[in-house]
Amino acid sequence: MATRQTRALARTMMAPAVIVLLIWMAVPLAMTLWFSFQNYSLINPMMTGFAGWANYTYVIGDPSFTQALVNTLLLVGGVLVITIVGGTFIALLLDQPVWGQGILRILVISPFFVMPPVAALIWKNGFMHPGYGMLGHLARWLGLPPVDWFAQYPLFSIIIIVAWQWLPFATLILLTALQSLSEEQREAAEMDGANAANRFRYIILPHLARAITIVILIQTIFLLGIFAEIRVTTGGGPGYASTNIAYLVFRTGILSNDIGAGSAGGVVAVIIANIVAIFLMRAVGRNLDA
Amino acid sequence: MGSISLQNVNKSFGEVQVIPDISLEINDGEFVVFVGPSGCGKSTLLRLIAGLEDTTNGRILLDGQDMTDAPPARRGLAMVFQSYALYPHMSVRDNIAFPLKMAKASKEVIDQKVEYAARTLNLSDYLDRRPRALSGGQRQRVAIGRAIVREPKAFLFDEPLSNLDAALRVNMRLEITELHQQLQTTMIYVTHDQVEAMTMADRIVVLNAGNVEQFGTPLELYRTPANRFVAGFIGSPKMNFVDGAEAAKHNAHAIGVRPEHFALSKTSGTWKGTVSVAEQLGSDTFLHIHLDGIGLVTARTGGEETYEHGETVYLTPDPQRIYRFGADGNALAA
Repeated sequence: MATRQTRALARTMMAPAVIVLLIWMAVPLAMTLWFSFQNYSLINPMMTGFAGWANYTYVIGDPSFTQALVNTLLLVGGVLVITIVGGTFIALLLDQPVWGQGILRILVISPFFVMPPVAALIWKNGFMHPGYGMLGHLARWLGLPPVDWFAQYPLFSIIIIVAWQWLPFATLILLTALQSLSEEQREAAEMDGANAANRFRYIILPHLARAITIVILIQTIFLLGIFAEIRVTTGGGPGYASTNIAYLVFRTGILSNDIGAGSAGGVVAVIIANIVAIFLMRAVGRNLDA
Repeated sequence: MGSISLQNVNKSFGEVQVIPDISLEINDGEFVVFVGPSGCGKSTLLRLIAGLEDTTNGRILLDGQDMTDAPPARRGLAMVFQSYALYPHMSVRDNIAFPLKMAKASKEVIDQKVEYAARTLNLSDYLDRRPRALSGGQRQRVAIGRAIVREPKAFLFDEPLSNLDAALRVNMRLEITELHQQLQTTMIYVTHDQVEAMTMADRIVVLNAGNVEQFGTPLELYRTPANRFVAGFIGSPKMNFVDGAEAAKHNAHAIGVRPEHFALSKTSGTWKGTVSVAEQLGSDTFLHIHLDGIGLVTARTGGEETYEHGETVYLTPDPQRIYRFGADGNALAA
């Protein structure tokens, strides 16, 4: 039955879905591209028409752009380091037989189910608020001045919140990878005289390489566009200290009502995401080859 | 040196007692095979010796030293696993070198020993390949190579040939036996295949439900099985057991006759029966015969004569080679 007829039928059946997806993706992208070359500011509706590269030079030329780019990379890199190191550690712990394993695993995974704005609010008010947050209370109990996290370490605070949300994901992927390591291999290494540290370094870590690659790739995709946590907590400040590219686009386009410049920022963000993707695939993609 | 001594070893997993009580003395340089049906505790026993499981009670001595609570690495034993357990991300060279690297041997020593092991095992051309690019037999040899570079006191093999095809298994069987001749190191080999046990072992431990049924040389086990279980397990095809009136004639609860200890005739003999299936192998013919009043038995005969389904034959057991068993299954003195 795998004939020309069935192929044609298959294509016809797939066509609606493909077309809808294509429109869904192509139209917003085309509109963004179009606006990015237009003079289009809601504050000054009289100014219209073709803008050339002005929007781009305005966005990229602004010092806030460089800072946002650095912040984006710090945010992505920081969260990746925390989630992968922490996730490996927690996965190793969860792999040990303990009483109440099932419930423990669900508890560890639960932060992933909390939606980003809610998670950010929990951290903002429940933990990091200098007046009534848990960390503030803890600091006072220790006799220290409470830390005003979002004012003193804005980007670091956001990294912590986002890492908390993504730690379960990394843990989950790494735990399943850990469980697929054959028991005999571990035992063979034990017989070969490898102690726990060497078993981790020579047997477990290479086995996890592929899973770590997947965690890096998937998380990077999502982390490049972190927005809700910044919006709810610092609002990108103080100054531009916790503004990433996604938030900069929001600030330019929505807060400053400059749709043209915002669109240009969006296009730049897409390009940056692709550059990061290329680098990532070069760096870690070979781990995925079977 | 590599003598292994088990003293009243027992092992339970929770409520389940896998090994009730075993004492064994394995001499230095011996090739000992643990054989038994699946679930008889033979692999568990091997893992106890290796240190991968803890004994519930009893002592394990290596070269007279108590190693009951020593971790696997300190026991100086090497193990070859059923799945080979090669490290997939390392080349063959690194796989073989791993135990030496863990023992912090110098680079020259490692290179020299790896080269030697590779030459011994015909792996020299594959040293830079990954395990997945090797055939089953080659992987097996890498696993053995990884074991021999450590120069262990003893080798432990856990059903190492069960993942190979029949022809390769015969080959590897020879290679392992030859390796033993060459190294003269103690080897313990676990298998469920009594042919492997018979062909490779200096001495065989027959295990059943965690108990040692008999410990002796292959021919001892074949000629003087201690009980009905050993008699049935050693020898291929299996020994025929006859109980009831025929056994009572020999003052026994049951008698056993091996298929090769029957005289066949088409005209006269002790027992009369009809051929049900004749398996012709060329060199031998195995006849499955329905004996009147006794049941189905297997008899071996030369490959020259042919028998048809339904043909009447007479069987006469060799009177010198009738094994007699009591009601408890133990062999009765002749």
